[in-house]
Amino acid sequence: MSRALSGGKASSAPLLGHATEPTLFEMSVPGRSAYQLRTTGVPAVALNELVPAVHLNSNVVDIAEVSERDLVAHFTRLSHRQFSVDLGMYPLGSCTMKYNPKFCDAVANDPGLNSVHPGAPAELTQGWLELLATLEEKLCAVTGMAAATLQPAAGAAGELTGLLLMRAYHSANGNARKRILIPDSAHGTNPASVTLGGYEVTTIPSNDRGLVDLEKLKAALGPDVAGIMLTNPNTLGLFEEEITEIAAAVHDVGGLLYYDGANLNAILGVVRPGDMGFDIVHMNLHKTFATPHGGGGPGAGPVAVSTRLVEFLPGPRATRNDDGTYSWVKPPKSIGRVHGWHGNAMVLARALAYIDVHGGDGLTRVAQHAVLNANWLRHRLRETLPAAYDRVCMHECVLTATSLKNTYGVRGLDVAKALLEEGFHSPTVYFPLIVEEALMFEPTETESLQTLEALAAAVEHIAQRAIDDPAALHLAPQTTPVSRVDEARAARHLIPTEDAARLSTR
Amino acid sequence: MADYLPHTPAEVDEMLDFLGMGSMEQLFAHIPAAVRLTQGLDLPEGMSEPDVAALFTQYTSANLAKATEMTCFAGAGVYDHEVPAVVKMLAGRSEFVTAYTPYQPEVAQGVLQAIFEYQTLISRLSGLPIPNASLYDAATGLVEGLNMASGATGRQKMVISAGVHPHWREVAATFARGTGHELVTALLVDGITDWGSVDATNAAAIVAAYPNYLGVLEDMTEAKSLAVSNDALFILGADPVAAGVLKTAGQWGADIFVGEGQPFGTPLAYGGPFLGLFACTEAQTRRLPGRIVGETVDSNDRRSFVTTLRAREQDIRREKATSNVCTNQTLMAVTAAIQLGWLGTQGLREIATRSAQGAHYLYNELLKISGVHALSSQPFFREFAVRLSRDASSVLLTMANDGVLGGVAVSALTSGDDTSIDGDIENVLLVTVTERRTKDEIDHYVEILRKAVGE
Repeated sequence: MSRALSGGKASSAPLLGHATEPTLFEMSVPGRSAYQLRTTGVPAVALNELVPAVHLNSNVVDIAEVSERDLVAHFTRLSHRQFSVDLGMYPLGSCTMKYNPKFCDAVANDPGLNSVHPGAPAELTQGWLELLATLEEKLCAVTGMAAATLQPAAGAAGELTGLLLMRAYHSANGNARKRILIPDSAHGTNPASVTLGGYEVTTIPSNDRGLVDLEKLKAALGPDVAGIMLTNPNTLGLFEEEITEIAAAVHDVGGLLYYDGANLNAILGVVRPGDMGFDIVHMNLHKTFATPHGGGGPGAGPVAVSTRLVEFLPGPRATRNDDGTYSWVKPPKSIGRVHGWHGNAMVLARALAYIDVHGGDGLTRVAQHAVLNANWLRHRLRETLPAAYDRVCMHECVLTATSLKNTYGVRGLDVAKALLEEGFHSPTVYFPLIVEEALMFEPTETESLQTLEALAAAVEHIAQRAIDDPAALHLAPQTTPVSRVDEARAARHLIPTEDAARLSTR
Repeated sequence: MADYLPHTPAEVDEMLDFLGMGSMEQLFAHIPAAVRLTQGLDLPEGMSEPDVAALFTQYTSANLAKATEMTCFAGAGVYDHEVPAVVKMLAGRSEFVTAYTPYQPEVAQGVLQAIFEYQTLISRLSGLPIPNASLYDAATGLVEGLNMASGATGRQKMVISAGVHPHWREVAATFARGTGHELVTALLVDGITDWGSVDATNAAAIVAAYPNYLGVLEDMTEAKSLAVSNDALFILGADPVAAGVLKTAGQWGADIFVGEGQPFGTPLAYGGPFLGLFACTEAQTRRLPGRIVGETVDSNDRRSFVTTLRAREQDIRREKATSNVCTNQTLMAVTAAIQLGWLGTQGLREIATRSAQGAHYLYNELLKISGVHALSSQPFFREFAVRLSRDASSVLLTMANDGVLGGVAVSALTSGDDTSIDGDIENVLLVTVTERRTKDEIDHYVEILRKAVGE
């Protein structure tokens, strides 16, 4: 029998087990510490002699008190309760969870880049300005655009930036206009960004081939349309084959075309948004250019534009001078800053390293193999999980679990959860909204044929389980650190902090 | 010819054969020829990693202002704090680095619990009960705060102190082009906000900074009462390190706290990725931007964590959502939790106190120089502005020759048009000291600034 001790919970637990990991606060013991600071020799004047009493907190803000050893054990054990690209295949559709080259991290972590203060004068940060200007050029080469801002911190920030660019452009021509067209298959960020951009959404239905219905699009167009937001290939993984007709129709009414770059990985070196007629393009560098996603960020969402929109770009932009030096220059009619500094610079540096390693030829191979893998998987699984639109797809395929549901009562969510037991991350479920029981697989180009086959076999195994014991699938996963979590309870009774938990019935 | 593809030529052939295709080209045959690239991308050929590494030395060597080589006294919201090996190594674990957003909680308890711990810490430091899982940076956090205030009050007018970081205000002005918010600036007099100079009638929010961007500690009582008397929300942008010892946003009566979390373990990083801190009162829970993690149980009744209040989010609400935030800055939030765990209760107080001690020591020494003058008579914490007898930008370049990044020229932050500063803004220098600066480094700073202003 263990002896009861006052203070925190012991810091040891079975590896990769089902034991609950204590929180940092539960491990805390008053008086314990880990920090070590420089010896500075600065006079240690008491705070109340430096700062008027009205500003000082009479309470001590409780953080946690743990040893370095316990800190390491805690976060290492947490890391063991976390799936990641480095652990295995992550076929999460629309998210492009490809391998993140370690080299790109190492390059960015050089102190010559990551220990530079963003407020340092341009004269002392010429390397960063050159890097950013070079990346801008290369992103424009990939997308076929004239110039770009690197400030937006993520795809959604890029979308909103793009919409503000549309607004600035139309306003300069005398009328900001009112509506933005969006296909019904679009990502949820698109309509949310439209609202924040001060526009109204008009939804365009898809046709029976999963593409934008051109006639319905034309019917929705008018002089109050500011533009259209399109993802191409779209969220079904299908290429909008009538893109030139769409572009012409939108341009005819004076509207602009916005390219949601979430699926740019499919078309690198094959076709460029600029050549398709797009005026504004955002890129998700954390998808296409393999910067690690960090468990939900940081990303980077640069926005590239055609010539007529360059003068409105956010600023300042790193710009090359005639003498070969670089300066920060704000475009003449700039919409202003969209980030506190220069964007997610370290993400930008990683993306440039990725582009440089691949070159134009390598990026083209990336798209080819991404599309090859997605089509192989779609075809391989055609009996088990048929594609919602069964023809050649691009970098991802949307499959449907409708027959499993109708025959055995096993839903797409059950398949997704059961895959976790098989050592794979789940695909994206129930998106796009226009496909029933959707399972969206994006294998990416960095997965091998052997891994794809293993994934297909895992799906087939789950389908067999659906026949043998469908009830058990509703309980999957059981071998993971926790089983299905009670999401309704979390939402009904919000416990966002340790302090809220201690007030409740933990 | 470098890449990270596993496919052998034989496997590619086998896969194409399985698809009934004779070439890779057939996969793209349905794309209209009119828009296809015929010559490939206009980019150089790929290079091996060591060749790219050699190329990158041209960037790293041209960055003279490395904090590893040039002693950093620059701040303006971004601070050179100690980041120990243990934090870098834990935060660099690839399970945290290469995970996606925790959509499948059964295999994402690591990130989810780390965010839960981060949320707890931000709640305590802000003195507000409802934190989120992070936003891009402080500036975009302020924008989300304004959107929340607008949603809560149905109003569009935002009264913002000129003491709020100029870049944050600029970002707010950019996004106001879409939301239609009217931004009204309350100017500074002697370094503190002159709230009496603005009409706050029908304001959605009163926004202040603590300390303000010039380092000054303003008493927030008046800002809070202005918010109360106009039924507006009070948004306070606060330095999270100073929050280790100063009154919290909650104690000043703030409805919303925003802050820049970079000081918690994230390097200077040329400005990003940083960490937008955000917390609010319970009344605003349903308007919270971005993600939030909550505690719950799994089907076997074990404690579990999950992203919750999902009904607010853009993928569900679509055009009715009040925020479009999707990806945020989770890795920086996890890093902050680790860094704060390392600092602990006492360590956070220690770095806040030592920073304040260093800043006051430097300030007092600088004012002994005849070419250096106080900008205001108000109290400050860890950062201060001084007026020099010369242009601050050129002084910085002179000091750099002696291996010191002497601060940030205020005119560079404001594009030179901040009417809150009397006289020649070109001569105003913003200086900070962290716990990493020794007395010898500070004394050296005083010496070379004396030289640079021509004494």
